[in-house]
Formats: sequence, structure tokens, C-alpha cells
Amino acid sequence: MMRAIALMLALMLAVPAFAVQPDEVLTDPTLEARARALSKGLRCLVCRNESIDESNADLARDLRLLLRERLVAGDSDADAMAFIVDRYGEYVLLAPTTSGSNLLLWVAGPAMLGTGGLIAALYLRRRERSPEPVSAALSDAETRRLAEILKD
Amino acid sequence: MIVELGHFALILALAVALVQSTVPLVGAHKRWSGWMAIAEPAASVQFILIGFSFAALTYAFVTSDFSLRLVVQNSHTLKPMIYKISGVWGNHEGSLLLWVLILALFGACAAWFGGNLPPTLRARVLAVQGMIGVAFLAFLLFTSNPFLRMAVPPMNGQDLNPLLQDPGLAFHPPFLYLGYVGLSMAFSFAVAALIEGRVDAAWGRWVRPWTLAAWIFLSIGIALGSWWAYYELGWGGFWFWDPVENASFMPWLVAAALLHSAIVVEKREALKSWTILLAILAFGFSLIGTFIVRSGVLTSVHAFANDPERGIFILLILGVFMGGALTLFAFRAPAMEAKGVFAPVSRESALVANNLLLAVSAFVVFVGTLWPLVAELVFARKLSVGPPFFDLAFTPFMVALAVLLPLGSALPWKRGDLGRAAQPLAGVLALSMALGALVWTLQTGRSVLGPVGLILGAWVVFGTLADLWLRTGRGALTARLARLTRLPRADWGKTTAHAGFGVTVFAIAAVTAWQTEDIRVVQVGESFPLGKYTVQFKSVSDVAGPNYTSVMAEMVLRQGDRVIATLHPEKRSYPVAAMPTTEAAMDHGFLRDVYLVIGDQQDAGGWAVRSYIKPFINWLWIGVLMMAIGGTISLSDRRYRVAAGARRQAAAPVPAE
Repeated sequence: MMRAIALMLALMLAVPAFAVQPDEVLTDPTLEARARALSKGLRCLVCRNESIDESNADLARDLRLLLRERLVAGDSDADAMAFIVDRYGEYVLLAPTTSGSNLLLWVAGPAMLGTGGLIAALYLRRRERSPEPVSAALSDAETRRLAEILKD
Repeated sequence: MIVELGHFALILALAVALVQSTVPLVGAHKRWSGWMAIAEPAASVQFILIGFSFAALTYAFVTSDFSLRLVVQNSHTLKPMIYKISGVWGNHEGSLLLWVLILALFGACAAWFGGNLPPTLRARVLAVQGMIGVAFLAFLLFTSNPFLRMAVPPMNGQDLNPLLQDPGLAFHPPFLYLGYVGLSMAFSFAVAALIEGRVDAAWGRWVRPWTLAAWIFLSIGIALGSWWAYYELGWGGFWFWDPVENASFMPWLVAAALLHSAIVVEKREALKSWTILLAILAFGFSLIGTFIVRSGVLTSVHAFANDPERGIFILLILGVFMGGALTLFAFRAPAMEAKGVFAPVSRESALVANNLLLAVSAFVVFVGTLWPLVAELVFARKLSVGPPFFDLAFTPFMVALAVLLPLGSALPWKRGDLGRAAQPLAGVLALSMALGALVWTLQTGRSVLGPVGLILGAWVVFGTLADLWLRTGRGALTARLARLTRLPRADWGKTTAHAGFGVTVFAIAAVTAWQTEDIRVVQVGESFPLGKYTVQFKSVSDVAGPNYTSVMAEMVLRQGDRVIATLHPEKRSYPVAAMPTTEAAMDHGFLRDVYLVIGDQQDAGGWAVRSYIKPFINWLWIGVLMMAIGGTISLSDRRYRVAAGARRQAAAPVPAE
């Protein structure tokens, strides 16, 4: 039934003007909130870097309806997402999975912080120990220049 | 005729830039003062020539000269004058011309105001600046010439993208470019210092104002862009982690790191090679940003004029400048020995932590932005990296930065005592926690994001204010107030900018956690509740604008019986560009915005209406503006106004920064 209504609505509204339409909103506010949260993490396939939650495209609408349909059918968040990823590929996920090579992406920041922190710690230790060097004497030209500047 | 002259001036400018990039460099190497002295007039002439060229293109746009291809593609006689002018840079070729104009302006400023630089350093700085000029003028003339004519001029133009016909966006690119290109000065100073083989406190003092200026412009540019997205795109978001946004955000982060580390070079003669590296990378990120926007390798909401050939040219520029500078760095950096000695608990170490966090956060944005490309090329996986990733991977660094900021800025140079620095902040911490707890009990049942944001924001704002107050030393209140007014402007700038950061952190958390959204079908005449307000959908009418038609609704916002505002959300249609846009209507307030968008007329009657209450959203831009103002105050500090040079400030008991 839900699906039939959804399909009918999708056909009726050929050019939706903006993102989530009033008729898409589920009556159960908890389910709707879950749908909204999940759809923020799904990419609109025909758009440039927009989530289906923000997109006006028909395809985004189809995905929103599909997602809601799964939730109404009793899927958990993970199940519903898995269902959509199975159909559309991992390209739809705005937050990439942590599987395989993607692990690199997720570890990049913490790893860099660790490495940088280590280098910084070593640097700080060196700075603490090294004696304060005598400041290099200024060259003649620089002394003159300094005097000139100090005049004003 | 004027157009031809403009074109010719641009070619001349390329020739001048070639001279500027070679002759002074040889002169500086051989100590021939005559050769070195060529740099300044060359920089001035280059600026005048490009300025003339830019004026010629503007003239063509203003007079709607449709024999010029660029004008045909981006203008229309019916367009309001301001958008005819902003149309000059509302496209790839024109914006690149603006880019080189600003580059030449910065070079000329270095020539005009760099009188106190040692002659060899000045010659080398201007020569490096000239090289960047050569690269981009060649790019402009060979791949993106704005002065191409039409064989058969049409009667009228194709209009500028309607989304760009907006005051926020009219001034967004110039500010952004002032920022991007301003970082070229830091780069030129870094490379010149590497050639020179010398970095000292004076160098730190010279490079900081340029970085600061660039960072201020970048902040304003980014804020304008975000503000534009907020009210123009029509779904109330302010930041989308879009590749093009990231392109401007990465240099901003690195520039923020650089202007902090330059202080360490200036005050303590430490972190020299790191600061040089940051200066190189900051401009590198600007170039990467330019590459991302212009090449179209990463699709985005607002990349324009995508062309692989141009992409390759920019990649080449990026490769030559980064490769060259980093090679030079590898050879010369070990010679940059640090002088200042400091303990692990000191202002220096706090600034190292600041740099670490800012640099790593920029790195995270960089990896996230380019990952889809890497994944596809290397691992053959087609995937997306969007807001959920960045929210998760980037935010912790900003949180850490906010936690450390008041503590770090309270520490003295050289050697500090964490206990003693933290002691005066205990009150601030208690106050922030109390505020957070209060809000947490008031909001009942919502996420902890709001209260946590409030605690962090309050901690930064009050912590930085407490720090300023502590600068006044001891004694009677009046004496301290008097001393407060005499503090160096650098202190005031620092306080303003840091407080701005706190305000921004709070605003982002608040609007994310506490916004109210409502989507429904409303009949004309009907009212609906929105938070503590009611909105009445009074009427809809068709309105004709200068170059568009519009469906305009009239909505009355009430609280109780009191009318707060009458708002007019619109749906516009630009016939020439064949593109619809939504114009959200907003009632701006200090504590919240009410944001209304009208959608389609429904077949069953009524209109789709989407409404939001966005708490504290304006604090976000106020915060960024505070950062920019803080930077400006700091820029006007005495030590940059007086002939900065080898002059060191007398060692005050409490250093100014």
C-alpha cells in the first residue's frame, strides 16, 4: 500500500521544488526522525555532493521514499542502510565504511596527530636541553641600518 | 579598441613579470644593486598593466559589449548594474584575471611598503612573486583568455548564473582571492629566505602581517560564502563540506597555524624551519584549492568552468612551485638553527600544540576531500566522502583546540607553571560548567551537543577575557582599567579573535543541536504553529523582477497576538538562464532566525512550506567577523606600523603576545 502511494506521488510530482516534501513525512515522528538522520548520510546519486535530505532531484526523492518504506517495514537503521547500499553501491554513503582501503582514510587524521605529536615532543625535548646560543653579531651594514631605524 | 588595449596590456604584463622574476634574482646573487632595483618598478608596472586590463574587461561588461565571448556568456542587458560588474569575476576567465590583479597588487605593495627590507631579500621576494605572476599570466593568456571576440556578435547575452546574482556572492570571490593570493606573499618570503639562507626574528615580523592580512580576507570570504549558502540555497545549511568550500578552508587553517608560528619566530627565534614549511604549504593549499575549483576533478555544487586542459596546467604550476620550494627547503632547512630555549610547559609549547592541531585538521580535510579521487584511481572503489565523515573526523581537533586555547595563552614564554597558569582560570571553568549544566537541565532530553558547545564556547570566551584582564597586572581597579586601555593592540586583537573563535564554536553547536524544522502543506489563509510562534500564510502573488519572474508568498509571523514580521518567501524563475531559484524569507534576530521557504503548489490544494527556527545562527558569522576584526586590530599593532626591522621590543616582564 505504502509503496503504491509512494509510486503514485512520485509520478504525480514530476518536478519537486525542494528537498523533503510534506507528503513524504511519516506520521510516526520517531520513524521520521530516524529517516531524516539516515538520509543525511546518503548521497543523491545525480547531484553534486548533496545528501538526499537536501536534494531536489527526483532520484533523491525515490531514495527517501525507499528508505522510509524500509523503516516502516520494520528494518533497523543498519538493515535499511545495508539494503540501499546493496542496491546502489557504496557510492551512496556520505561517510565511507571503515572496510579495506577506507581504513586509511579514517586512520589518516589520528595517525598524523600521533606522528606529529611524537616529532613535536622530540623537538620540545631538544629545545629544553640545548644551551642558549650567543646571538650572532650583526654585520656592519645591519648595525648601521639598526641605528637608522632606532632614530625614529 | 579598449578591449584590444586591455588584451595587449595583459601580454605586456607577462613580459614585465618575466623580467621581474629573473633580473632581480641574478642581481641579488651577484650583489648588483642596479639589477636588484629593477624589481620595484617592474612590480608597479605589472600592477598598472593588469589593472588597466581589468578595467578594460569591466568596461566591456558595463557597456554590454557582446562582441566579447565572455560578456555574451555571462551578461545580459537587463541585468542590474552591480551584477554586470560582478559578472566580470563571476566566471572562470574573469575571476582568473582578478586573481592575477590581486597577485600584482600584493607584489606592488611589497615594493611600495617594503622599504625597510634588506635589499637582497626584497629583490628575491619580488622575483618569486614575479614567477608566480608569470605562471598565472601564462595560464590566463594561453588557456583562459578573457578577451576572445565573437565572429558574429549576438543581440543579447546569456545571463549570469542566477544563483550568483546576489550581493553576498558578488563580493565573496574578491575577498577569497585576496586571501588565497595574499598567501603567495608568505610563500615568496619563505622561498626568498631559503635562497638567502637566513631566517631571524625580523623575518618573522615581516611575514606575519602579510599572512594576517591574507587570513583576514580568507575569513571574510569564507563567511560571505557560508552566509550566501545559508540564505540563498534555501535549506538553511551554512557549511556543506563541499570540495570547493574545503578548498578555501584548508588554506585558512594552515594560515591560522602560520600566523601563530610566525609569532614564535618573531619573539623567540624558534620553529623557524617549521614556519617556512607552513608558509610554503599555505600557498600550496591555495594552489590545490584553485586546482580543485577549476579542474573539475571533484564535482561540487559550485565549481565552474571545468576543463581538464586547464586542470593539467594548474597541476603543472602546483608541481613546479611546490616541488621547487620543497626541494630548496630540504637543502636549506637544516641550516635554520633555532635559538630560543624553552621548557615543555611554556607559551612556545602551547603554540606548537596549536600548530599541530591546526595542521592535522587541515590534513584531515585534505585527505577527506581527495579520498574519492584516490579511492577510484588506486583502489578502483567509487565512493563519497561527505559531511558525516568530516563532522566525525574534523570536529575533535577543534574541540581540543578550544580546550587548550585559554590555558595555552595564559602560559608565559620560555618556562611556565601549569598550576599557576590554570589557577585564575578555575573560576572561568566553573562558570562555563555551571552555564552548561543550567542549559542541560533546561533543554531536557535533547542531545548533549548544545550544552557541551556552550561549555566550550564560554570557556574560550571568558578564558580569553580573563587572560586580557590578568595582563593588567596587580593593584587598584582604576589603575588596572587604565592599564587595560594602554595594552598593545596585539593583545586586544588576540582577545577579540580568540573570543570570536569561542562564539563560533558555540553557535555551530547551538544551531545544530537546537534548531526546529517544520515541513507541511499549508492552505492560503491557514495558520500553523512554529515553536513559540504562529505563521499565517496570507496570500500568494506573481511578481515581475528586472530579469526574473517570481511567485511570492506573504506570511505573517506572530508571537501570541503580536505581529513580529511579515515575510515574503519567493520562488524565482530566470527565463534567460532557464533556471529557478528559491529565495528564503528570514526574520533575523539576535537569538534566532525564523527561516521560511515556499515550495510547490500541491495538486490537492495548498502549498508546501518549510520553516525553521535557527537559534544563534547569526552568532556564527558574528564570531567569524570577530576573528577578522581581531586580526585587523592585531595588524594595526605598533610593531608593524613603525619601521619594523631588526628592532626587537625591549624585554617586557609580560610579553605582548
